[in-house]
Amino acid sequence: MENKRVIIAGVGGQGILLASDLLSDALMKAGFDVKKSEVHGMSQRGGDVVSHIVFGEKVYSPLISFNEADVILAFEKIESLRNIDFLKDDGIMIINSTSILPLPVAAGLMDYPEDPIGEVKKFVKNTYVVDAEKIAKELGNRKVMNVVLLGFLAKNLKDIEKRYWEESLKERLPEKIFEVNLQAFNRGYNLE
Amino acid sequence: MKELLSGNEAVARGAFEAGVHFASAYPGTPSTEILENVAKYKEIHSQWSVNEKTALETAIGASFGGMRAIVAMKHVGLNVAADPLFSVGYIGAKGGLVIVTADDPGMHSSQNEQDNRNYARAAKIPMLEPSDSQEAKDFTKIAFTISEEFDTPVLLRLTTRISHSKSIVQFNDREVVPIKGYEKDIRKNLILPAHARLLHKKVEERFKKLKELSNDFKYNFIEYKDKKVGIITSGISYQYAKEAMPDASFLKISLSWPLPEELIREFAKNVQVIYIVEENDPFLETEIKAMGIDVVGKELIPEVGELNPYIVKVSLGVIQPYTPKQIETKATPRPPALCPGCPHTSVFYAINKNKLIATGDIGCYTLGALPPLSAMDTCVDMGASITNALGLEYALKKAGDNRKIVAVIGDSTFYHSGVTGIIDMIYNGSKGTVIILDNSITAMTGHQDNPGTGRTLMGDEAPIVDIENLVRGLGVKHVKVVDTYNLEEVMQTVKEESERDELSVIIARRPCMLLPEMKKKKFDKYEVDETKCTGCQMCVKIGCPAISFDKNKKKANINYDLCVGCSLCYQVCKFDAIKKV
Ligand SMILES: Cc1ncc(C[n+]2csc(CCOP(=O)(O)OP(=O)(O)O)c2C)c(N)n1
Ligand code: SF4
Repeated sequence: MENKRVIIAGVGGQGILLASDLLSDALMKAGFDVKKSEVHGMSQRGGDVVSHIVFGEKVYSPLISFNEADVILAFEKIESLRNIDFLKDDGIMIINSTSILPLPVAAGLMDYPEDPIGEVKKFVKNTYVVDAEKIAKELGNRKVMNVVLLGFLAKNLKDIEKRYWEESLKERLPEKIFEVNLQAFNRGYNLE
Repeated sequence: MKELLSGNEAVARGAFEAGVHFASAYPGTPSTEILENVAKYKEIHSQWSVNEKTALETAIGASFGGMRAIVAMKHVGLNVAADPLFSVGYIGAKGGLVIVTADDPGMHSSQNEQDNRNYARAAKIPMLEPSDSQEAKDFTKIAFTISEEFDTPVLLRLTTRISHSKSIVQFNDREVVPIKGYEKDIRKNLILPAHARLLHKKVEERFKKLKELSNDFKYNFIEYKDKKVGIITSGISYQYAKEAMPDASFLKISLSWPLPEELIREFAKNVQVIYIVEENDPFLETEIKAMGIDVVGKELIPEVGELNPYIVKVSLGVIQPYTPKQIETKATPRPPALCPGCPHTSVFYAINKNKLIATGDIGCYTLGALPPLSAMDTCVDMGASITNALGLEYALKKAGDNRKIVAVIGDSTFYHSGVTGIIDMIYNGSKGTVIILDNSITAMTGHQDNPGTGRTLMGDEAPIVDIENLVRGLGVKHVKVVDTYNLEEVMQTVKEESERDELSVIIARRPCMLLPEMKKKKFDKYEVDETKCTGCQMCVKIGCPAISFDKNKKKANINYDLCVGCSLCYQVCKFDAIKKV
């Protein structure tokens, strides 16, 4: 198998790093060589956050280049636009239908792009839009939004048996929030 | 057992397995998690120091006592610690001493892109450069062996992509290393000129032996494939180059100072063209060219910025440049901003309103420089706000310019290197104002304890070094403490003290909003009464991420989820349009 590449992108505070940790753990359990890379530091201050995950038999670079990602999971609409050049021509773009206003937009200095999903769709045939915030709210814990999205990603990745995902959730999450996260994962996994 | 670890976690694991006894650091991205993870091993005494110089000096003390000691810092931290670094290069290491420098090519969160391989050369200290987490762990252990065998400190150089990338690491047990104990030895440990002259000779002899080691070192290795192209590389660049040209021959350098000259010559004989793939400075290139070997390096590979597989591929002509889709330009930038309810906000609002010159410093509060607050003029290095203000004060006075200056510095930065600056101000007759933003934590780097928080890295209680008593004790007569959520008090104090014709210090105090104890507190949230909002946008000028302005409706809006109830917008609004929810 050729190495596969996934990008998870979003805004500080959305749980990107936890999501990419869960994904990498599951990949390792499934027997792949895995590398993941992200830059933290300013993430708590509302900046954008990106995590690159590469897996396969043998991985060298943890960084993904233009036109290489098999899947991009964008936790926020603008972030799908920001990362679009990394997606392969036949790659999959998953967009969470949430908007978080960048400060220049909030301060009235710039505009939020008019229709980011529409723009992406012009270039990416395989675009899926998920309202993970709504599902998380239904589950009574808005923080599990990231795991809903991860569930949807899991279904589209096909490379990992479901039990590895469950093991990885179990190991990384505190016991009292495991159940709701597992539900969130399944909700995402079973989305059409 | 194997686990996915970041490079920083792997170094911590390596320190544990190497039987390390002592660890010290001052936080700094991308190095911070090294000590945070070392501290999880209770077998190792770990501590935050007030700065990198004291961290290294403390570790040298532990090594004098025969302990294995590790010290970690970001690249610019090594500038602060450079003085003891050069001395300990002569003194050597009784207990193994490893100095970790985490460089930041691409300046993800740094003020420059210096390449600390240059320090290894300048201080004649061996340097190891891992290229993934497994190597980060292994090289940490090897560094201790080299340190004790050759009686030298060892530099371990990470870069952001090594520190913050995760890859699979195999675990081993902790080695039991006895503490050798202290013995007085002034000819080695006390570098008087007479002693140092002898020590310098020893350093040169040691260097020769280290060169031999480098030639035989198993992690400096050659992989022959297609001999038309040979690549010499180190660190993360090895991974990028492997991906760019998997079929080329490689010389991977792991002990990058001193270089394995014989190995390099052998490689050069066997391949037709040599490319050097390295980030930032032409360090390998310069050295290898000086050996009289023809190589191609910075003519192709950029010196500025971080490398990645794409840049390496394009530079080496493996692929054509990619043409962007031109729609990513529609992605509005998302610059980091002070958090909603950040305790620093009101001070910058006051500086802006009073049109003061503000010499700044490094921390979350540097974000006060961005619009709409735009309340910082300079930022040089940690502690510089105070001493820059002192020099600028003199320059303004000589020019007959009567604008007022305030120096703005965070609590951790003040302990790091602000105290000496205040002494300088007092001694040299400054009439300036220093604002110490005391949010009771080192926030920027992810909330580390410091001498003001009452806790140590290992979670024990610690005495608090009280900033107010400290500056009064130094001799500052006018010291005011303000609560930064009281806007009127902040505005008035900043105005009064900046106009005062004597040295003054304002301690602007309130804990960071992200601290667990603050998150637990319940504050009333605020909302906009649209019938009263005139659209004047005063509240937007605070730069709070929770407040937005609807251009169509011409009304302000507060995001309920983001609001933490600091009430600054309520205090700013002249039309009573902001009220409690
Ligand atoms: C010499 C040096 N060491 C470390 C750093 C990394 N660093 C940047 S800001 C900062 C701490 C700032 O803490 P504080 O002054 O309390 O401000 P806060 O972020 O809490 O507002 C650190 C450690 C640096 N830039 N330079
Ligand atoms: S982390 Fe704390 S100090 Fe930093 S911007 Fe947020 S509230 Fe302010």
